[in-house]
Amino acid sequence: MPWTKVYSDRSEFDIAVEKDPSLRGLTYRDAILEASTQLLESDKEFFIMGEGVDDPGGVFGTTKGLTEKFGAERVMDTPLAENGITGVAMGAALTGMRPLLVHMRVDFMTISLDQIANHAAKWRYMFGGAINVPLTIRAIVGRGWGSAAQHSQSLQAMFTSVPGLKVVMPATPYDAKGMLISSIYDDNPVIFIENRGLYEQVGHVPEEIYKVELGKGIVRQEGTDVTVVATSQMVSEATKAARALVADGISAEVIDMRTLVPMDKEIVIESLKKTGRLVIADNGTKEGGYSAEVAAFVSEEAFDLLKAPIQRVALPGVPTPASHVLEAAYYKGADDIVSAVKRIAG
Amino acid sequence: MTLDTTVQIELYTSMLRVRLLEEKVVELYPVQEMKCPVHLCIGQEAIGSGVAAHLKSDDYLFSNHRGHGHYLVKGGDMRALVAEFYGRTTGCSKGKGGSMHVIDTSVGMLGTSAIVGGGIPMGVGAALASSIRGDGKISAVFFGDGAFDEGVFYESYNFAALKNLPVIFVCENNFYATNSTQKARHAGSRIADSAAGFDSKGICVDGNDVEAVYNAAAEAAERARSGKGPTLIEALTYRWKGHVGPGTDFQAGCRPEAELNAWMEKCPVKSYRTILIETGVIDAARDEEIRDTISKEIDDAFEFAISSPLPTEADLMTDLFCE
Repeated sequence: MPWTKVYSDRSEFDIAVEKDPSLRGLTYRDAILEASTQLLESDKEFFIMGEGVDDPGGVFGTTKGLTEKFGAERVMDTPLAENGITGVAMGAALTGMRPLLVHMRVDFMTISLDQIANHAAKWRYMFGGAINVPLTIRAIVGRGWGSAAQHSQSLQAMFTSVPGLKVVMPATPYDAKGMLISSIYDDNPVIFIENRGLYEQVGHVPEEIYKVELGKGIVRQEGTDVTVVATSQMVSEATKAARALVADGISAEVIDMRTLVPMDKEIVIESLKKTGRLVIADNGTKEGGYSAEVAAFVSEEAFDLLKAPIQRVALPGVPTPASHVLEAAYYKGADDIVSAVKRIAG
Repeated sequence: MTLDTTVQIELYTSMLRVRLLEEKVVELYPVQEMKCPVHLCIGQEAIGSGVAAHLKSDDYLFSNHRGHGHYLVKGGDMRALVAEFYGRTTGCSKGKGGSMHVIDTSVGMLGTSAIVGGGIPMGVGAALASSIRGDGKISAVFFGDGAFDEGVFYESYNFAALKNLPVIFVCENNFYATNSTQKARHAGSRIADSAAGFDSKGICVDGNDVEAVYNAAAEAAERARSGKGPTLIEALTYRWKGHVGPGTDFQAGCRPEAELNAWMEKCPVKSYRTILIETGVIDAARDEEIRDTISKEIDDAFEFAISSPLPTEADLMTDLFCE
């Protein structure tokens, strides 16, 4: 299917369009913008709020022009009051509205952890299911350009460790649109994490409103020797790695988890039945990170399937440095995945 | 302004209902069948009663850990409240919240936060929803003077004032955050005055005078309903019991006994009863009648709770996500 494919760059997508002119190319950023636009057009109970959503740049282009089109009441700039504004969005959600709160950097969300972890995550369970919290929070993560420690964290594991939050990390334009729409219509709080390294990525995105089911991973590339479980931007890196590994005669299966909570364990186990080898690639910190959770669950529930030790490609336990030399050493990519695979499947 | 006698009797009944319910909790708590902390509002009843009198059933209310009274005055079901104290499946939160987390969405009571100040932005958010929808509903959010220490109060008030949202902020200033006095925590002493910094309206009232609260809330509700934005009501009061639990805390040195005694002289329920009898609104017989009715409701609620089923282990993993 065209939308299951990961296109590493624009030229690859252009070649695909030559073969199938029905493909509709959109960048990841425009897929988010299109989903937001269509939700604003179709649902009066949906609105957007966040710091700078009405800026000319429009949060890396993802909210560009929406305030002009729909008014400041439905696409609302907010004071720099992350915790309070998160509670405000949640309060609106408790009345049945479907707010989308946007954080330009996930780093700013740490200020709002009280409302996210103590309130949004708990309000349904704590009241015995008497009320729902249909709140979606967009969190932008990932590598900047010398952005350093407070503007480029990837804190997905912070959210996956709090029961009551759904956590999603779409890796393609198709999923960005479909999962954003699913998140908005999910009656639970959803942390929707976008790696801004993906914003320029192009893929097939249908024009109509559609949903991508939360809680389901997807096999991006089939293989038989090793399973690479990846999240977000690491899916592209894993796809590149899988191509490079062909030259070494290694067939890698790439799984895009898409949703971190609830986790699609079955797709991982099914793949391991074929390959028996596992590499996990996640752009979060290794210690206590999401990669640790995947490794732990496989060790507990599928140890017998493993033919080799699990390998992880994740970030080292230091804050993000600024200097491009240190940055390059800090971040992981396709080469690191290739090395990890060769350690267990060489 | 003289209130209509019907309103006066309603205010008195509303306060008395909260008082008698909590006195029953005090009586039965030592049996140790209510296995959760209780934060009682005995002494502070006038505030909830005076404010809720201006809320319609579909208006919103958010409260805090000391929220039994707010739940009741908004019209929350008493049986479900007491069952929650007892951790039963028939509790308003199916036994998952306990006394600190009570809710009744059927009357707009959308929950209570036990994180100080935590409920405040939600009340503002519900008001934002009303504003976007234009449905005419207003919100009230109750918090203590401890929440005035928290940044989220200022963030929320600023936003509510900025957007002219229909919300009433009700600060029940009982002068203590657990055992720490207001003087030890606040540079100023006039919480209501802080509204001026947001070009908004603050009103400081005697929180033990239910009619004073009623009148302040009338103004606040009128402002909310007519698009004039939030109002900060600071109601001065005193909690008779310790921060948590059914007992007093002066014995432990938490507060001076003389201070408690002075405030007990200003009991909101007793003083209003005296006024109503002296002005002929009710007589002793009518008072007895009102008490009887409430006592029967309370007895029924406790019987219901105690005879209700406890959850089973199978309930542990339910209610996390809406499927």
